[in-house]
Amino acid sequence: MTTNAKEPRSRLDPEPVPRRDWLGLSSLWAMGGALLFGLAGMLKLPKAAVLASPSKKFRVAIPENLPVGEAFVPPGRAVAVFKDTDGVYAVSTICTHLGCVVKPNAEGFECPCHGSKFAVNGDVKKGPAPRPLPWLKVTNNGGQLTIDEGTTVPNGTKVA
Amino acid sequence: MNTVEPKSKALQEFAGNLKSLPDRFRESAFRTGAPTTDRTRSTFVFGNVFLHLHAVRTHRWSLRWTTTLGLGIMSVSAFLIALVTGVMLMFYYKPYPEAAYQSIKDIHFVVPTGRLIRNLHRWSANIMVIAVILHMARAFYTAAYRRPREYNWLMGMGLLVLTLGLSFTGYLLPWDQLAYWAITIGANIAQSPREITDALGITEYFDPGGFQRLLLLGSDQVGAEALIRFYLLHVMILPLVLAALMGVHFWRIRKDGGMVRPLDADARLAQRRSEETYPVFTEAPAKTYQLAAIVRGRTAQTGRGPENTVPSMPHLFYAELGVLMLTLLICLALSLVSDAPLKELANPSVPENPAKAPWYFLGLQELVSFSAFMGGIGIPMIVLVGLGLIPYLDRETEGTGRWFGGPGGWPLVRLSMVVGLCAPTVIEAFAIRFGWLREWFPAIPQLVVTVINPATLLTAIYALYSLWCIRRYESVRSGALALFTCFLCGFLVLTIIGTYFRGPNWVFYWSPAEWPKH
Ligand code: HEM
Ligand code: FES
Repeated sequence: MTTNAKEPRSRLDPEPVPRRDWLGLSSLWAMGGALLFGLAGMLKLPKAAVLASPSKKFRVAIPENLPVGEAFVPPGRAVAVFKDTDGVYAVSTICTHLGCVVKPNAEGFECPCHGSKFAVNGDVKKGPAPRPLPWLKVTNNGGQLTIDEGTTVPNGTKVA
Repeated sequence: MNTVEPKSKALQEFAGNLKSLPDRFRESAFRTGAPTTDRTRSTFVFGNVFLHLHAVRTHRWSLRWTTTLGLGIMSVSAFLIALVTGVMLMFYYKPYPEAAYQSIKDIHFVVPTGRLIRNLHRWSANIMVIAVILHMARAFYTAAYRRPREYNWLMGMGLLVLTLGLSFTGYLLPWDQLAYWAITIGANIAQSPREITDALGITEYFDPGGFQRLLLLGSDQVGAEALIRFYLLHVMILPLVLAALMGVHFWRIRKDGGMVRPLDADARLAQRRSEETYPVFTEAPAKTYQLAAIVRGRTAQTGRGPENTVPSMPHLFYAELGVLMLTLLICLALSLVSDAPLKELANPSVPENPAKAPWYFLGLQELVSFSAFMGGIGIPMIVLVGLGLIPYLDRETEGTGRWFGGPGGWPLVRLSMVVGLCAPTVIEAFAIRFGWLREWFPAIPQLVVTVINPATLLTAIYALYSLWCIRRYESVRSGALALFTCFLCGFLVLTIIGTYFRGPNWVFYWSPAEWPKH
């Protein structure tokens, strides 16, 4: 018996596209895709959409006779407020290295955790801190000072 | 004439069954009877869901105490102790700031046996960290990671990371000063990729660091959200994953043919044959091991009997029980003489000074004090990847199963110890005495400090020395011996400096007596 191309395929011949395999594989991929998609959605869960943190703005009254170059730390805040002839400015006391609270001293600030030292204007003098301490936004509303811990301003910005 | 009614047969049977109840129950639970013969000792093992992770017979080499030093079992034992005591602590612990601190105080001072349970939990966690590190060193120095055990070495690395993770998350739960500042530092290490993205000026668009920190804390500050996350990790996620990985680790040991042993193990044991090894097969094995022949690799012992093996019950199990008892004893003794610490309640505006991490992270804290990203993420990653690659790069066979086996051997390890101890000591001494780039050139770009600092310098020295060892001994194993020894020594030196020689503001002091009073 000779075979020629036009001869109808027998029912017993293997199908060119194995239909069952195709169906099986495609449903497997569909299921896998759906699972992955669902998982991707669920992975968003741990990333909080709303941050439960109290307001970062607060009012301060700095002592009348605060000497130039001496820090005033409002109780419970990680901020050091300075006053000189140009005006008032606030330096964050959260170390730019790994977030410990730095302590003001005569020459500036020192960090208890890994020994970073900063100048009074926030510049890094020593240690692992990668950036200067940021300056925070101060607004003066007719003598009423408000500091916003959430907003930084270019270092050197003083408010009269 | 008998006046007593004939007893009901069913009632009689009932009484009889009641009497034999204890025996029947024992039979139903332990179907095969006491493990007194080879056959019942075998069924004792594979008829029990917990024991059957073990093979039925154990090679005598595995039972020599110098083979494993019992360190793997000691790790499991410490984990089990921590598991039981941890569940007990959960009866009283409240995962909310301040309440957490109060509840730990209650556990320590009010709850009956609370202080002992808490101490046991602390000590077993510490013992587990030590045992896991030493166990890794034993697996390394006996070259147990080689084919076919490469994958199990990787499982072990996973267990190491999980063990450290469990200890760290647990450290935070008391919400005292130590805990609070450790979370703060930990979360900021997670954020430290910013050191790179900031330097490149792309943080605004691509900020993996900030994302990691947010994920860890669940907030932009350390508070209740962070505590509940660490609690969840500590009591659920990490223990579950750890237990699952342990199961894989143990199963693999069996599939890989038990403990690693040198090729001449049988010959060496033959010199000191004890009466426990008797021929199990008196004729050449015909059937039994044909089935095992479908198992790939060297696992199947086709064509010969289990020479030089002894029944796991009792030989192996009694040894394991012995290590468990010893671990328990050590933990108990330590718990009775030394209390787990509790500092003051967390105070977000004044860090503890010095603020020290748990001891096994003090080496890292030392590295972090040079660069947050390199010390906290970069170098740990390099170390983990390097450790994980060892079994794939060292494909040699010399010295497998022997302590310090491989070209170079013990003398090479000794030399590496000298290098490994001296390099960090000299570098640290230099940095402590003369400072580093930031002090010399205050305006230097951060990227330079990130790349060139004492920590990266040390890593580079270790790497170069190991490459030199590969060349000198013409062997990758020698390089691995050198590098691993250096890594252990570096860990030791940095941990000791961090623990004993760092005082307030992370300044170097010869002893705590010199710390300034404040
Ligand atoms: C929770 C942590 C771990 C537990 C509970 C554990 C448990 C065990 C146990 C019970 C053994 C049997 C032999 C012995 O006692 O030494 C073993 C063997 C082994 N472990 Fe671990 N292990 C842990 C972590 C690790 C780590 C960190 C590594 C290395 C990165 C590792 C690599 C190995 C290897 C390669 C073997 C096979 C050794 C041989 O065949 O001689 N394990 N482990
Ligand atoms: S947190 Fe300030 S030096 Fe590390």
